[in-house]
Amino acid sequence: MRILLVDDSNTMRRIQKTQLAGLGIKDIFEADNGEIALIELSNNMPVDVILLDWNMPVMDGLAFLKKIRENAAYAGVKVIMCTSESEKTKVIEALKAGANNYIVKPFTPVALKEKLGV
Amino acid sequence: MNVAYVNPFITSTIDTFKTMLNIDVKPGTPELKKEPLPTFDISGIIGLSGDAQGSIAISFPKIMALKVISALLGSELKVVGPELTDGIGEIANIIAGSAKQHLKDFALSISLPNVVVGKSHVLASQKNVPTLVVPFTCAMGNFSMEVSLKTK
Repeated sequence: MRILLVDDSNTMRRIQKTQLAGLGIKDIFEADNGEIALIELSNNMPVDVILLDWNMPVMDGLAFLKKIRENAAYAGVKVIMCTSESEKTKVIEALKAGANNYIVKPFTPVALKEKLGV
Repeated sequence: MNVAYVNPFITSTIDTFKTMLNIDVKPGTPELKKEPLPTFDISGIIGLSGDAQGSIAISFPKIMALKVISALLGSELKVVGPELTDGIGEIANIIAGSAKQHLKDFALSISLPNVVVGKSHVLASQKNVPTLVVPFTCAMGNFSMEVSLKTK
């Protein structure tokens, strides 16, 4: 499984990498905002899953999500919102924009494993 | 400010430390901020806006901040630097975001985190915005949360 981590927090990306390594996932790419993520996604396809934060500078997660869902080349890429935004309205908004799943921080490695379906 | 508004932030703090670090943190009694003002070495601050305005700050002594982020990263941090400030900012972000879902009286937006670093610094509040201070204790040390919220 090839995963793109998109989060402006280096700490969170390191935590996610450790959790993913525990699941045997090592093909991991990173970006700290949506704009960089667009470049990383383009350069590293195929990507199976994007773990996507919401609140980031330059381009936030929702804007990035809407952008990639306009591109048929990325139709098969699963997006899991991975964010501290916890309200129902936010979850609905992300799912409507094309997210496949949603996990709220803080989360355990077990919860991440379930969302990834591994 | 209704002291009940601080409860979601307390719950969120307990949950965040338990989930991410497997540490039990115990809150003390919330009190209105008063003189002498508490001092800290590092604070993560999130702005709140929307139906209410204000901020939440999570503040630590330096030694505890280093312990917490070292535990999160799985590697020892010995000095204050970008890794530490990023980690503290993320903790504040998670606590604020997680609390929002329980603040049913208002819809709130949260800012990107800011982190203040400075030995024995004081966080000054706006005069007309009530601030509640909640002390926490845990195996890693003592820290504090300040919630400033002005309702419309």
